[in-house]
Amino acid sequence: MDLLNAIIVLFNFTVIPALAYGSQLALGAIFVTLIYAVLRFANFATGDMMSFGTMFAVILTYYFQSLGIGLGVLPTALLTIPFAILMMILYMLIIDKFVFSYYRIKKSPPVQFAMVSVGVMFVTQAIIRIIIGPSDRRFLDGEKFIIKATEFKEMTGLAEGITLKSTQAITIIVTLIVVSIMFWFLNRTKTGTSMRAYSDNEDLALLSGIDPKRVVLITWVIAGILATIGGVLYGLDKSYRPFVYFNNMLPIFAAAIVGGIGNPFGAFLGGYVIAFAEIFVTYAYKRFISYLLPEHLEPDSLLQLLSTDYKFAVSFSILVIVLLIRPSGIFKGKVI
Amino acid sequence: MKNYKNVIAAYSIMIFLIILVGIFQSWSIALTILNYCLISAVMTIGANIQWGYAGLINFGIMGYTALGGLAVVLVSVEPVKKAWQVGGLNILACIWIIVAIIFVVKFILNRFNKSKLRNYSVASVILGGIILLRVTATPGIEAIESVDPAKTGFLGGMGLPVLFSWIFGALLAGSLAFIIGKIALGLRADYLAIATLLIAEIIVSIIKHEEWLARGVKNVIGLKRPAPYEIDLQTSGWFIDLVAKFNSSKLNLINSISDKQEALNQMVIDASSVYVKLCFTGLFLTVVIILLIVTQKALYSPWGRKMRAIRDNEEAASAMGKNIVKEHLLIFILGSAIVGLAGAMMVTNDGLFTPGSYRPMRYTFVIWVMVIVGGTGNNFGAILGGFVVWFLWVEAAPIALFLINLLTSHLPETNAVRVHLIESAPYFRFLVIGIGLLLIMRYRPQGIIPEKIIKQ
Repeated sequence: MDLLNAIIVLFNFTVIPALAYGSQLALGAIFVTLIYAVLRFANFATGDMMSFGTMFAVILTYYFQSLGIGLGVLPTALLTIPFAILMMILYMLIIDKFVFSYYRIKKSPPVQFAMVSVGVMFVTQAIIRIIIGPSDRRFLDGEKFIIKATEFKEMTGLAEGITLKSTQAITIIVTLIVVSIMFWFLNRTKTGTSMRAYSDNEDLALLSGIDPKRVVLITWVIAGILATIGGVLYGLDKSYRPFVYFNNMLPIFAAAIVGGIGNPFGAFLGGYVIAFAEIFVTYAYKRFISYLLPEHLEPDSLLQLLSTDYKFAVSFSILVIVLLIRPSGIFKGKVI
Repeated sequence: MKNYKNVIAAYSIMIFLIILVGIFQSWSIALTILNYCLISAVMTIGANIQWGYAGLINFGIMGYTALGGLAVVLVSVEPVKKAWQVGGLNILACIWIIVAIIFVVKFILNRFNKSKLRNYSVASVILGGIILLRVTATPGIEAIESVDPAKTGFLGGMGLPVLFSWIFGALLAGSLAFIIGKIALGLRADYLAIATLLIAEIIVSIIKHEEWLARGVKNVIGLKRPAPYEIDLQTSGWFIDLVAKFNSSKLNLINSISDKQEALNQMVIDASSVYVKLCFTGLFLTVVIILLIVTQKALYSPWGRKMRAIRDNEEAASAMGKNIVKEHLLIFILGSAIVGLAGAMMVTNDGLFTPGSYRPMRYTFVIWVMVIVGGTGNNFGAILGGFVVWFLWVEAAPIALFLINLLTSHLPETNAVRVHLIESAPYFRFLVIGIGLLLIMRYRPQGIIPEKIIKQ
């Protein structure tokens, strides 16, 4: 019984939050990795692009709520995602047309691309703050919990309960659906294959008649879908605040590099690696251990490896270690 | 002289703009902007050494700035004796443990051949060391943080004059750059950018949360100053006489003695703040000029030529027998040390250390925009970039507010769009900086004042 309680404590406070957070990171990391693989630059505007898509979802959610349109138990934001994705893709294509395409045609070095993306980051941040402002916004409606701790305890008769927020379930399910469709597209369709070919060897791909404009267009479309869905899921789970989205860029980069940059499957797993590491290292194991040990051995301290203040630092340290030991990432991305 | 015509023109426009601020807003604001421009100029010199001379992309400027600020606290604040008594021993022990871990790891790495066993033993030494560190540090840190937590709760510094901290800040940043450079310099350019960005975040989060070190997010206020205090100036006779002499024509117009005294008092208060800022301006200007002379000399020395050769073609330089790894590390350390110096200067200027205010937007990306806009590889350009971008960063909001009012003047005061735009005026600075960067990158990629290669 104690063992069961211990497992449930661990599950409730680490595994579920880490799965949800990891899914959000994974979507962002695949976005970074796709841009890196096909367009060949590190996109420093990642966080703000995700924020841009989410902004439309937030505004449309408020609008739909005022009209009385909703999905009942599910959050209204899910309904707004397709519209937000359209706006996001439109914005990305405009940016690409007026900013990135010039450097792509000139075949500029990746550093120059990175600096240009910093410029895009500034502009995107300004637009977001001018349209919606910098404040914290919650746009979650519908049912908040799927399983409540008290209900779970009554049902099973255990001392510890499991809480499953609806946002966490939605995040994990939506991520799995989106990612599987994306992998199916990349690996099984002709367009996906041409994208991979372009990413592997540009000249050879051009030679075999692949249209680079089409590849770039499709990359931005997929990127827009991933960025918006990732951003909306994060906003639903926590809250929408432009500054936090900018900061989220850092663990997303860590996830993409840890998984092996340029490798979408690696980025997907990298998101979970980073999330689990962050949460396992900063979790206080006192309650978990106290179930396993006899009463007189109960520990005094919190048994926390690092305080939660260092959450971000953990993921960055993992990145540094990976860069040192295996620079191509865990799952062999592009060799640096 | 002809070569320098555009340089002189650009700087004259900049000085003119600052004088305009002085006339239209106030001299105190103009001097504040000028001081920050000078600090930004030091930062851009540091970044320009790395990017312009050697082509190294360092997005960790925020971390070195924060370390420079930390140096001010560690050097100038009086030591908190009680905190040292209760927890100093533990902290010193921790430092020895860290040194011991490093030596043991080094010993294992040097002594044994590459094998699984070696990897595991290194990992176990590090893990065991960290556990030992925590066991030693926790009681000490708790004791230190409970010493008068409202006022101190940290170890304090060395109680030295604050100017020493500028040197110490540079040393601290330089030595950190040595470690980071050893780890990260082998990476390709954009990986280096990401790695340094993330390492800077780690540094700032350590400074923020280790309260025994510098009070963390509780901030350290009332730091020492290399300039006199306003209050002292306002009560000292020579300063009042000086102000009276300067404004004698204005004062003579006032007849009643009490009015005259009141006017003089007001003038003394205004003048004291301007005087203090002028002192800072003098100090900062000295630093900028010294750095400019040194970097300019270095740029056109054989060493500078070597750096440019490495930047432009690594393989060729390597074939000529230049040690690229060593030179990259050296320049990474030098540039970071200058950024650390700038961080120390900034905290000295503010008189307070607020770790919570170090954000990558303000301290990394804006500095990079300065270097790119001003002119990579050219020190005059980098300094000008610091001036221009900082000026825009500060003055974008007032200018945007003015333009919004002008363009929406036909709308009623309560119009929703107008109110919304006026509320969001502060964010136009991001727009101005971003569009400025994009335009410069596109149409003048070498910056306002491009790099000049003098044939020798």
